[in-house]
Amino acid sequence: MADESVQGENSEVDEETSDLNPEEDSKKDVGRDILDVLEAKFPGSTFDAEAFSNFEDELSITLKPDSLEEVALFLKDHEIFQFTMLVDLTAVHFPNDDLPLHVLYQLFSIEKNRRVRLKVRLQEEQSIPTVSNLWSSANWMEREVFDLFGIDFSGHPDLRRILMPDDWGSHPMLKSYPLEGKGERVYDKPQRKEIGE
Amino acid sequence: MGVVEGKFNDNFITSKVDSLVAWARKSALWPMTFGLACCAIEMMASGAARYDFDRFGVIFRATPRQSDVIIVAGTVTHKMGSAIRKVYDQMPEPRWVIAMGNCATCGGPYPNYAVMQGVDEIIPVDVYIPGCPPRPESLMWGVMQLQKKIEQEKFIRK
Repeated sequence: MADESVQGENSEVDEETSDLNPEEDSKKDVGRDILDVLEAKFPGSTFDAEAFSNFEDELSITLKPDSLEEVALFLKDHEIFQFTMLVDLTAVHFPNDDLPLHVLYQLFSIEKNRRVRLKVRLQEEQSIPTVSNLWSSANWMEREVFDLFGIDFSGHPDLRRILMPDDWGSHPMLKSYPLEGKGERVYDKPQRKEIGE
Repeated sequence: MGVVEGKFNDNFITSKVDSLVAWARKSALWPMTFGLACCAIEMMASGAARYDFDRFGVIFRATPRQSDVIIVAGTVTHKMGSAIRKVYDQMPEPRWVIAMGNCATCGGPYPNYAVMQGVDEIIPVDVYIPGCPPRPESLMWGVMQLQKKIEQEKFIRK
């Protein structure tokens, strides 16, 4: 009995992989409506190379830096999408890429319960417009990205360091910064009172 | 003390001034809480009902101006270090410092650019309490060690 059931499972697995199970297909195709609308509205030059990727049912869109504002506004206000919540704004540093700094925006739509990711790839010393006028949570998140990566956000109302001390000097999350630091803070060890003094 | 023992009525207690002052200081240690991270939870637990700190005479004060000892409980970053130095300078003498937990003792599990490797880089520490976090009994042990240290201090002749 056990052998029969095991064989039965095997044959089912073969059928699934050969038939391209329709459930898997729709999972791969998530975000197709977003892609259609975006491709229709914005010309191809707004998107970077390899613009769309939907790996594991997460849609992520890579943009050119100057088209960030209009695409973000469109995604926020359009009644199909309504991505009214900016969940996270971070950056990643790939030192060996030709465009090393990737800024990531995770958007979430409360009304529609969908998520999308926007990616912008930048050179070092390149600035990017702020989205803090669209989503106010971006205010502190952009300060954190500026503090740790050195990316300048043009139009930000108050761009200064938020985690490191104000006179730290360097941006710690870049891959060129060593983990133990460059010795920015050196103190004179204070004298201790010994027992009986 | 041996010469004057038992020479007076029972209403007279003889002692050294140093012992008397040391007893007064160690029995009413008022700490300023500097709970920064997880060790603060254990400090709160030791001040709460089960491991009561009040029976040691310890009353937690929120201000440095009225406290004897500062218990640095938690990770000290470089940004916080300047604030700790300011607070320590505001404490009136006699003052002591207890470094509670691994992070305040030696930087703990964080050997990186942002964390000060022990609060003794910036203020002089009297008692180190290891642990991550130390149990409330360990914190009480540390306070009792500080009390033993205070007993041996000289008040009259420095």
